[in-house]
Amino acid sequence: MFAASRLQQESDEAAGGDTCGPVLQAKGMSKDYGPVTVLSDVWLDVLPGRIHAIIGENGAGKSTFMRLLAGYAEPTAGTLSIAGYDVRFSRPEHAQQAGIVLVHQEILLAEGLTVAENLFLGRELMWNGMVDDQSMRRIAAEKLSELGCRVSPNALVRDIALADRQLVQIARALLDDYKLVIFDEPTAVLTGDEVERLLGIILKIKEQGAAVLYISHRLDEVQRIADLVSVLRDGKMVGTYPAEGLTQMDMARLMVGRDLAALYPVKRLKASNVPSLEVRGLVVSGYAKDIFFTAHKGEILGFAGMIGAGRTEVFEGIMGLRPAHGSVVLNGRIIDIRHSRAAMDGGIGYLTEDRKGKGLLLNEKLAPNLTLSALTRFHSGLMMRKAREQAALVKAVENYDIRLKSFGVKAGQLSGGNQQKLLLAKVLLTDPSIIVIDEPTRGIDIANKAQIYAFIQRLAEEGKTCIVISSEMQELIGICDRILVMREGRITGEVTGEKMTEHEIALLATSDVTTAASREE
Amino acid sequence: MSVITGSAALRQERDWNIGWTDFGPFLALLALLVVGFLVNPDFLSATNLANVITRSAFIAIIAVGATFVISSGGLDLSVGAMAAFITGITIMFMNSMAPEWGVWAIPAGMAVAVIVGTGCGLMNGLIVTVGRIEPFIATLGTMGIFRALITYMSDGGTIPIDRSLREAYRPVYFGTVGGIPLPILISIAVAAVASFILYKMKYGRKCAAVGANEDVARYSGISIVKTRTIAYAIQGACVAIAAICYVPRLGAATPTTGVLWELQVITAVVIGGTALRGGKGHVWGTVAGAVILELIANLMVLSDFVSEYLVAGVQGVIIIIAMLIQRFSK
Repeated sequence: MFAASRLQQESDEAAGGDTCGPVLQAKGMSKDYGPVTVLSDVWLDVLPGRIHAIIGENGAGKSTFMRLLAGYAEPTAGTLSIAGYDVRFSRPEHAQQAGIVLVHQEILLAEGLTVAENLFLGRELMWNGMVDDQSMRRIAAEKLSELGCRVSPNALVRDIALADRQLVQIARALLDDYKLVIFDEPTAVLTGDEVERLLGIILKIKEQGAAVLYISHRLDEVQRIADLVSVLRDGKMVGTYPAEGLTQMDMARLMVGRDLAALYPVKRLKASNVPSLEVRGLVVSGYAKDIFFTAHKGEILGFAGMIGAGRTEVFEGIMGLRPAHGSVVLNGRIIDIRHSRAAMDGGIGYLTEDRKGKGLLLNEKLAPNLTLSALTRFHSGLMMRKAREQAALVKAVENYDIRLKSFGVKAGQLSGGNQQKLLLAKVLLTDPSIIVIDEPTRGIDIANKAQIYAFIQRLAEEGKTCIVISSEMQELIGICDRILVMREGRITGEVTGEKMTEHEIALLATSDVTTAASREE
Repeated sequence: MSVITGSAALRQERDWNIGWTDFGPFLALLALLVVGFLVNPDFLSATNLANVITRSAFIAIIAVGATFVISSGGLDLSVGAMAAFITGITIMFMNSMAPEWGVWAIPAGMAVAVIVGTGCGLMNGLIVTVGRIEPFIATLGTMGIFRALITYMSDGGTIPIDRSLREAYRPVYFGTVGGIPLPILISIAVAAVASFILYKMKYGRKCAAVGANEDVARYSGISIVKTRTIAYAIQGACVAIAAICYVPRLGAATPTTGVLWELQVITAVVIGGTALRGGKGHVWGTVAGAVILELIANLMVLSDFVSEYLVAGVQGVIIIIAMLIQRFSK
């Protein structure tokens, strides 16, 4: 009953009989959580051999819909049907038996176990009552090489790269027989080559005759690989369209339901030449070395590079969040980055890329989250002043257009985009003169993206220095005055003006030729 | 699904959504009183209740300290042994000073207790934070050390308090103010100060943030080492206060003083509504928890249903049930 033969079987089916009918039909599916309707009356036909993208803003109900299809939740109303028969999945295993597998957005693997052990976790092969490690390792190796993943089946998951972990997770999903593979934002954590590799895998699944449901915020990817695009808005199906002839702007308009102003703000005049942050010879052991750069007042400075290039670590080093040494001059004053609060007190605010894990207390209300880095500003005498905190929250909600159902909600109940705005407000409460924003729009829908770009622009206009770290080159090109590119822990170059193109950045981020411009000025 | 963005709805934004963790312990306490009355009407008599609550004072005071430690994401298993050790040191100090200072040895001894206690807590804290050792292991180690020290100091026997001090010290446990036993007043005072620190001061926010998510706290510029170490030091000070109240009750320190207190203390904190994995601390819930434990023990003595030798067993069952409730009330 194994995988090698499985694929064979799949392609046989694809070549033969009933490939025309839908693999799965969703008929009028709705889902309520208490009084809140997350999904209402959604119809969808999933066709074999097609990549069907599902797009929508955050909170549009995409993930809920996928959870219903894969048996992680049961619909309040409506049914699923396979080959004309109504089916009910009350558990993921039921969907799996019907050939429907979901590749989760988060990596859900046991870090302390090996790749092979993870692949077969909960469905180990047995041989005479014992676990058959040898066969499992062999099959794991085969499966992984099919996916173009070169990690050893004996490697611990903890020791392999994030992108490889995701492939392991995909391999795990594809281990059993499948007719429909659902990918929930698979590329959110990947860059460049890794994305290409994944898209290749998805195309291969399609060629084998299986259906693919593909959820992504990256409309360029959707445009490249999808055959059909369905748009969800506020829990309702707007419609299903052939991907051909649908531009990214069309998709965005369908998602938002209105015309979008340009995503990126109009670039303003060149920033000042007053340096605000000078970094000389920064070393973050194990992650980055020889880091030299200067950021100016009122400038938006980008940091490009692949994941793992050391961009985040450079700034975590400066912020005193990980061991680092080097000279850091902040508005003319040298700061000692070995002290954890030195940079923050000196006026650098850092927005982490991991807003759920490191940015916000998800189980806490909004006000305590907002004021957490600036507690001193909200107490007088010995006491915290709750009224002052509440006033700050009201102001932040207005200034940053944070959408919430009530002021009493917890941070975890906000959508991704609103969490990001709250985090921005939180960091700005420390009144920094330099703001470092790591992945400002990761996992955020397009309307919120545009707003965040506008906020960054506004901060720069106020004379603050904005440093943006991003894996999305488009975004950096769209908003930055100047972009530094990092590769393997070093700054490999700088691009400005005409040279700010994806091509130039990609070259610096990946090529082996270290340009002479590695030290700017 | 209405969305508000302005300040319009701010007025009704009081914290009305109080959950099980806020009210639960007090409801349980109430239920217990009713059950107790039904089992034996003497249970609700003022004398009995005053006795029971007075006896729960040590655990309550120590548990208030433990609320800080647990809220900040730590754990302290050494509290029982530490209480015995502090009691021993305090009595020895008072006894040696009694000939010279007379009754003044008592307040001096109390000061010594608080200093030693805070020092012990600080040591626990530094081992955990600077030494980066799991709280469970670190305090298991110091628990062994404190227990061994009190056994060594007492030579396996008892360290009784000097006769000349006994009468003067007696009121600290047996005295009353306005009819209320002193230990009850002391534990209320400790809890009041603790809830001020935890809910009104900056430190309380830091404590809860560190316990809820260490990374978020770190990235918000909060020092994990400082916050946790202070929590352990507060715990030490609370153990010292409890030890001070305890001395007159038994009049001596022995190697078995405070045995299994850590179980009662952690149980009190957990049934009080503070999550064992850290986060928001519930000081008054903890106090209620300590009283609940003592009430149950008392109930077991007053009724004939369960042997009083099984008290620790019942407490063990309660902590497990409390954890199960926390798990499933999510």
